[in-house]
Amino acid sequence: MTAPAVLRRSEAVVFLVIVAAMLAIGAINPAFWQLGNLFSLLRSNVITGIMALGVLTVMISGGIDVSFPAFAMTAMYLTLRWMLAGGHGGVAVPFAMATAIGIALGALNAFFVHSVRMIPLIVTLGTAALARGFLLGVVGTSNINIDRMPPQLIGFAGTELLATTGPGGAHIGLTAMLPIYLGLALAVHLLLRHTMLGRAVFALGGDREAARRAGFDLARTTYFVYGLAGGLAGFAGLLHVSMIWLANPHDLAGMELDVIAAVVLGGASIFGGRGSVVGTMLGVFMLVMVNNSLIIMHISTTWQRVVVGVIIIAATALTALRDRRRAG
Amino acid sequence: MPPFLELRHVGKSFAGVRALDNVSLAIDAGALHCLAGENGSGKSTLIKIISGVTQPDQGEILFGGQPQRALSPARAIARGVQVIFQDFALFGNLTVAENLALSSELRDGRRLVNWRRVRAVAAEAVARLGVELDLDADVERLPTSGRQLVAIARALMSDARLLIMDEPTTALTRREVETLFRIVRDIRARGIAVLFVSHKMREMLEISERITVLRNGRVAAAGATADFDEAAITRAMTGQEIAATPYRWQGQAGVPRLDVRGLAVPGRFAPIDLAVQPGEIVGIAGLLGSGRTDVALSLFGMHPSYQGRIAIDGAERRIASVPEAIACGIAYVPEDRLTEGLFATQSIARNLLAGSLGRFTRAGLLDLVRAGAAARAMVQSLQIATPTAERPVMELSGGNQQRVVLGRWLLTEARLLVLNGPTVGVDVGSKSGIHRTLRALAMERGLAILMISDDGPELVQNCNRILVMHRGRMVDELAGEAMTEAALAERLRGLS
Amino acid sequence: MSGTFDLRRLLRRDSSVLQLLLLTAAIFAAMSALNPEKFLRAYNFQSLTFLAPELGLLAVAMMLAMLTGGIDLSVIGIANLSGILAGLFFHAVGAPRGPALMHLPLLPVAAGIAIALAAGALAGALNGLLIARLRITPILATIGTGQVYVGLALVLTGGPAIVGFPALWDAIGNATLFGIALPLLLFLLVGAGVATALSRTALGVELFLIGTSAKAAAFAGIRLGRAIFLSYVATGVLASLAGILLSARTNAAKSDYGTSYLLQAVLIAVLGGTNPAGGQATVIGVAIALAALMLLSSGFQLMRFSNFLVDFIWGAFLLIVIAINALRNRAR
Repeated sequence: MTAPAVLRRSEAVVFLVIVAAMLAIGAINPAFWQLGNLFSLLRSNVITGIMALGVLTVMISGGIDVSFPAFAMTAMYLTLRWMLAGGHGGVAVPFAMATAIGIALGALNAFFVHSVRMIPLIVTLGTAALARGFLLGVVGTSNINIDRMPPQLIGFAGTELLATTGPGGAHIGLTAMLPIYLGLALAVHLLLRHTMLGRAVFALGGDREAARRAGFDLARTTYFVYGLAGGLAGFAGLLHVSMIWLANPHDLAGMELDVIAAVVLGGASIFGGRGSVVGTMLGVFMLVMVNNSLIIMHISTTWQRVVVGVIIIAATALTALRDRRRAG
Repeated sequence: MPPFLELRHVGKSFAGVRALDNVSLAIDAGALHCLAGENGSGKSTLIKIISGVTQPDQGEILFGGQPQRALSPARAIARGVQVIFQDFALFGNLTVAENLALSSELRDGRRLVNWRRVRAVAAEAVARLGVELDLDADVERLPTSGRQLVAIARALMSDARLLIMDEPTTALTRREVETLFRIVRDIRARGIAVLFVSHKMREMLEISERITVLRNGRVAAAGATADFDEAAITRAMTGQEIAATPYRWQGQAGVPRLDVRGLAVPGRFAPIDLAVQPGEIVGIAGLLGSGRTDVALSLFGMHPSYQGRIAIDGAERRIASVPEAIACGIAYVPEDRLTEGLFATQSIARNLLAGSLGRFTRAGLLDLVRAGAAARAMVQSLQIATPTAERPVMELSGGNQQRVVLGRWLLTEARLLVLNGPTVGVDVGSKSGIHRTLRALAMERGLAILMISDDGPELVQNCNRILVMHRGRMVDELAGEAMTEAALAERLRGLS
Repeated sequence: MSGTFDLRRLLRRDSSVLQLLLLTAAIFAAMSALNPEKFLRAYNFQSLTFLAPELGLLAVAMMLAMLTGGIDLSVIGIANLSGILAGLFFHAVGAPRGPALMHLPLLPVAAGIAIALAAGALAGALNGLLIARLRITPILATIGTGQVYVGLALVLTGGPAIVGFPALWDAIGNATLFGIALPLLLFLLVGAGVATALSRTALGVELFLIGTSAKAAAFAGIRLGRAIFLSYVATGVLASLAGILLSARTNAAKSDYGTSYLLQAVLIAVLGGTNPAGGQATVIGVAIALAALMLLSSGFQLMRFSNFLVDFIWGAFLLIVIAINALRNRAR
């Protein structure tokens, strides 16, 4: 391989693909480049992106998590029901509560993965069913609509960084949730890259036995990883419903596949030990952009899943080929 | 002055099996000591006891003359004991710098990673070893020798007084071994003792000052290296003299079983010619990385892009896959029995039948009665020690496991048997049994055998001629009177 | 490798089968005690014999994928796509509704079955190609193809269910033969077929060996790619068979039917003694696990637990069984 070192990084490849895709979409329909569209594209990154940060961490540690959408909805719905029942308001407390519920559920994953030593996919399939079943079977199935949503949450999620008026007098704003996403991404990046705990995650995913012999605390690392994924999911779950003004406990079903796809797209290895926050953010952006741009490209939205599926297959096939060439 | 480490009458049993019995051993500060022994002789148990991983049932351990009660891994490390295991326990996905610095960062109880400090610490560790290593390379990209250097550098970072190296030369080329020995002598010069655990006599004689030989958990011999020669070590390790009756092939040269012309795999080995007659046992000697395994793999269809011609019993065949090789009557007993040869949790019967399922299929269905009978017959004829062929193969001893792999190929009616390390990990008693079986197969059934081995005596004893490979070329052939252990060792020593 | 079937030997060799039977009996006793009137009614068991087979087929499909250390997350997509394709075919050759559709003769219905099974084989072949030839990790490959299959189902239907199938088709899911539910007969037949194929054909034994050690299998001359490919084709066909039963029983096909079946299929396969890491699986174990869990959920449904709560119980059951097995292994 003679490609320059920068190009050998999968982040660079994804970035180039994104640029090419943007140019192509823009060529098909110049409306893609309108500020309103770009802002809404960025807005769509927030929820998927925050959840992807957790999945990334789990994947670097050599695990996988398909339970986080269920955890997100459980944390969100429990928090909202508590707010409605007690007439509680505020922003910080509800978000802290949703995060805490997510962390607690994530700890359940960690328990089964670490202490019981069961395959993470099977464990998280089980805890996902557990959480959804509990949520829908015990807590409730009814939507919380805009008229009952706590106004402070809606107000918070509606904050905008900058706003302008587009052609035809339409309001165009950039959501202030974007810096929250970017801040969390930076935090996870620093954590993974510059703390011993983060390096423990890489060590665990690289070689579990060597990590144990080197003296890393594997239990602590595993609980951290799944706790982080759960906590981020809980936070993102509440943020999601605050942004769309509707809390539907059935929501986000199947989202785990998209997020895992985005993380893999961003260069993380499903076998653990590899992955980066920047790559994951690019992977999320890629997937969200494709999803959002089908309409702009005059493609029926029923094709959305087919397109996403094809992208996942293509990306994983390319990664598999690259790894094989590397190994051979 | 008392020795740095002393073991007195140490004994250890596992589930009633005596792994170590009355073993005494003293290692002086800054000494180069060799621990020799066959697999299963108790070497690894002894390492575990010294490094505090397991506790002995009897005897005592003294550091600097002080008895240690309940030595734990942490206390052994605090005493300066560092073990470099064969797998190195490194992180392939992390850089050299991080692999070196992680343990000390961890030991210092740091929470944040200062990358500049990591690099500085790593650079110092590498410099102390006097070697060149790219600190920013991922460890998984390094060759085995490079990874070993990282492991050594890491071990020395923590104020080591005794470095234990478990089979450190197994995967190294001759030149790399010399580099390693130079480093080991440097380390010794700094007053750090090194315990070399090995079964390679030549290297032990070359590097060490004292040798302790274990056999069946007991000290079979011990003393200054100057008092030993290869034969003496072998005698101590195996407890028997090497049989002086080499394998004599009596057959007539006719149409060769295997006739190879200009066989080559670019980048692995250069064109070779090779012919093996039915009933011949031909040895291939050579260092690791000499291309000997690749020759075997290309005959077995695992290098489908090979060049040159392969003829079996006079008929030219193109062997582009393993099934095609098997169809040609070629069988391969791999080097790494546990991962390449066996299906550990499956039954002995299934392991035996794995290569010949097609033969026992009638009208799409397996003939279980016939297949079962064939498996049982093979268990009997190879004297595999088991009450029933339905037991998982992992319950067998190393020697019996190797018989199972051998039996698998006999069931395919192989005509050419390629063996890579036929008795690696096999205890002494079974070893000669397997040799007898192989010789009988060649003699009585006219099987042609290619035997690749690190074990010089094994080749000399069982082959009628020996080819020497080096750097992808056939460089020499020994046969008849010229084929002696000394001559073979001499040839191998000359390569570098 | 003896050819004769010996229950005692099976039990001795595989204590998990015995454990499963005891578990099933315990569930049966508990549910009978909790709902003495309703649970023991013949009607209850009868309805289970129509309901369980489609899930059972999916679990056997999952078991096959797990046997080589893989997994197939696209089975539900395959099942629904197969039913939808058959439905669209019937609507095209018969009519979208009415007697022309209802009384479609045997030949076109048989063609519909062939279409559904072919779709399953094709979808499975794509999975097999990606996993065996391109060597994509099974999880990722089937996440991707699962999206494609569900997506195609969505594109074909535009979202709403395809309602209305020929009477002959519906009979597959609702008729009885000798007083036994046709779906159950089908399941038993297919289960016996898979069990035979696994223990008595070269391919079946090869799958066990590959699942135990792919590397050793390559050195033993087993054609890995071919065997893994065929196992995913079989998984696809089994999934489409489940899709036929599902659409026949409900007289409808939709892109998102039976999504909770995915977890349940995994659960039944694992509970039935399948090692998700490969190399170990029995059809009989899966069948008993299916019975155990169907009894469990039907008992709770009779107690007016919602389907969601039953999902909760399934999830809890999976985790508890995993934990108990881990503890038992550790004790050993």
